[in-house]
Amino acid sequence: MRLSHTLTLTAMLAASTLVAPLALADAEDFPAKDVQYVIPFGPGGESDISARLQQKYFEEITGQQLIIQYMPGGGGAVGWSQLNDMTADGHTIMGSNLPHIVLKPMGKDAGFATEDVNNFYFFHYSPDAILVREDSPYQTLEDLVEAARQAPGVVTFSGSGTYSANDVANTRFQQLADVTTTYIPFKGTGAAVTALLGGQVQAEWGYTTVAANHQDKVRMLAVAAEERHPLFPDVPTFQELGYDMVGGAYRGMAVPSETPEEVQARLSEIFDQINQNPQFRQEMEDLGFVLMDVGNDDVADFLAEQSQQYETSARELGLID
Amino acid sequence: MDLIVHALGALSPLNLALALLGVTAGIVIGALPGLSATMAVAVLVPVTFGMAPESALIMLGAIYTGAIYGGSYSAILVNTPGTPSAIATTFDGYPMARRGDGDLAVTLSTIASVVGGLVGVLALLLLAPLLAQVALSFGPVEYFWLAIFGLTLISALSEDSTLKGFMGAGFGLLLSTVGVAVIGGDIRYTYGSPVLLGGIETVSALIGLYCIPVLIDLVATPAAHLKVDGVSRGVRFREGMAIAIKGKLNLLRSATIGTGVAILPGAGGSIASLVSYSEARRVADEPASFGKGNPQGVLATEAANNATVGGGFIPTLVLGIPGTPPDAVILGALLVQGFRTGPELFTTNAGITYTFVAGLFLATCLLLPLGLLIGRYAFKSIISIPKALLVPTIAFMTVIGTYAIRNSASDVVIMLCLGVLGWVLNRYGFRPSPIVLGLILGPIAEQGFVQGFLMGRASGSLFATFFGGPISLTIIALSLLSVFYPMVKARREARRQDKTINGEASP
Repeated sequence: MRLSHTLTLTAMLAASTLVAPLALADAEDFPAKDVQYVIPFGPGGESDISARLQQKYFEEITGQQLIIQYMPGGGGAVGWSQLNDMTADGHTIMGSNLPHIVLKPMGKDAGFATEDVNNFYFFHYSPDAILVREDSPYQTLEDLVEAARQAPGVVTFSGSGTYSANDVANTRFQQLADVTTTYIPFKGTGAAVTALLGGQVQAEWGYTTVAANHQDKVRMLAVAAEERHPLFPDVPTFQELGYDMVGGAYRGMAVPSETPEEVQARLSEIFDQINQNPQFRQEMEDLGFVLMDVGNDDVADFLAEQSQQYETSARELGLID
Repeated sequence: MDLIVHALGALSPLNLALALLGVTAGIVIGALPGLSATMAVAVLVPVTFGMAPESALIMLGAIYTGAIYGGSYSAILVNTPGTPSAIATTFDGYPMARRGDGDLAVTLSTIASVVGGLVGVLALLLLAPLLAQVALSFGPVEYFWLAIFGLTLISALSEDSTLKGFMGAGFGLLLSTVGVAVIGGDIRYTYGSPVLLGGIETVSALIGLYCIPVLIDLVATPAAHLKVDGVSRGVRFREGMAIAIKGKLNLLRSATIGTGVAILPGAGGSIASLVSYSEARRVADEPASFGKGNPQGVLATEAANNATVGGGFIPTLVLGIPGTPPDAVILGALLVQGFRTGPELFTTNAGITYTFVAGLFLATCLLLPLGLLIGRYAFKSIISIPKALLVPTIAFMTVIGTYAIRNSASDVVIMLCLGVLGWVLNRYGFRPSPIVLGLILGPIAEQGFVQGFLMGRASGSLFATFFGGPISLTIIALSLLSVFYPMVKARREARRQDKTINGEASP
């Protein structure tokens, strides 16, 4: 039967992720074989797309393939709770996202702790941004803040998920601007932008990437990055407007805790090399991402700094007391 | 004019070969329970990075088209919908196969898929910008009512007992709440175990609830899986065409419904095929024969679910909002290739757009010869393999398929548990379809309700939010109709019978 042929293939694929060779790889000849890149979300999202862009360059540098797999569920929790059960030889890596890995474990029964996710590199972030529809009466951030101030709770924002980057951004902004808005969580950025385009909400907490994708239909009022994004030279940053907000959804890679130090360092080196490739940088910027190079040695400091910020927001959100 | 140039471009020998390969691979993958269209497309994406953009697009469209169609094989021959959109195909497809008409059912599904697919692609080509605007007018509240409407279809679909249908749906709704809630982030019914964090995956539930009971029955009864007449009757194409021509209204109506519902991101396929199925039954002369192997039932669902391919691409390409999970993967691939959605779709990007549409068109046409050929082969394998071999083969496929959906061993355990449960419930007259419907529609209803509630509270009028819009009111009316129509009809028939009896009694 032809069917069983395809099946054997799938079985082999499945088995290869379960039973990886026992030999420990040396850092010098790492990677000795293809590297499995597990994305703890479904295909088609930003984690997937940015990983797809890395794929090509990984092969150029190492001669081995980067094979992308998906392990969706529980907003990433299903994947991260299994990370440390995977083969710790560096040939299995997993996508890692902030603020997810910090905020999720603050709730109960998340299945993993923040420390369980052993990050070795953070390579980019999608800066938070406030978007309105192109025909919206709100021309500037000040217009929107004014409206929210006059009628507390009436201005509605769509966003992706609860206790997510968008939720955190909204909480922080309410605090900084001293206004009350209504945040309406949707399942994913796609659904959130649909609500904005359909006029069901007045504004959206999104990212520069959303604006890049819907350039003709939305207006971005402010960007939570340190500098203006090259794609949107006319859109001010929050800092320029007097709100101390820099942040968004950060993406990186993690390995199981037992992975040898040298291998982690080598992985960090490879992905840093990808990050410096001008073509890769261009492709990422065109989609609205902002690159960052937080390598193996700096990850701990970076995480500590971010966690502190998230903790404040989590307290605001009522996630912890 | 552009279209013709690009369509001709799509016909280069290499592209044609890729389309053939894509459709074939798609059909085979789609036919295996659990190996879904999403996965087929996702696996192929890295392969297409090395190709010219046109070839890549043609291949992706071809594999998607093939996979959606291939899902009908397992629905008809093994009673297992490969995707949620093939649920209704099992209603009449499997009974047809049981009585020895599996080959005819596969042929009908092929014809219907081609017709439906073409209608969907035409809509994508001609009406895309217009229909995309319609999609945007569906907000959270409209989705909430749409999910409620989907649930009321249960009363129409549970022939024997409406009450049991609703009970099953209630159970499905409960199952849908397991895991991390999208809104609110609460963790529900996981009993502290990370296994249930991700909730119950729809396709693994489908495999469990539909396929496992069939396997158990196969082992428990000595009779052959499908009845065979012993004579090979070919693909029965002429017979199939005759039925399709007789049901041409049904085909067109179902394809239109399929396209229309598919433009709503997230709701798509499963609702589309159910609505067209219940419509086909409502207008039929003998509605009672539906569910017992009426060929028109197969025509309706298969026309509808293949129409969702073209329909689903409307919001994907025009708005950048993927209509279905495979659309999301293809959109991702397009973005990586440098494609941007929006108004440039038919201007700057016209080349890519038209090539893609032409590729879908080509793939849909290829379904006819390839589908008939592979379908015949699949049918023959299923009837000629001895039961002792068939059962373990299918069982193995269900396990691998379930595992592969999201690389999860716990999904396999959940699938098996639901399977056994489904078998027991089946014996007490509870069908799997209401349960699965509850599972699929639960999150749509829940999210829509909470979002609508938040919107209503912000605007100061909950009532106007939920009952104010014309679309909401229309869907509410349709829901009421679908709940009460069977009762009204029953009463009318009773009265008519009364009359005839009285008429005969009086001299």
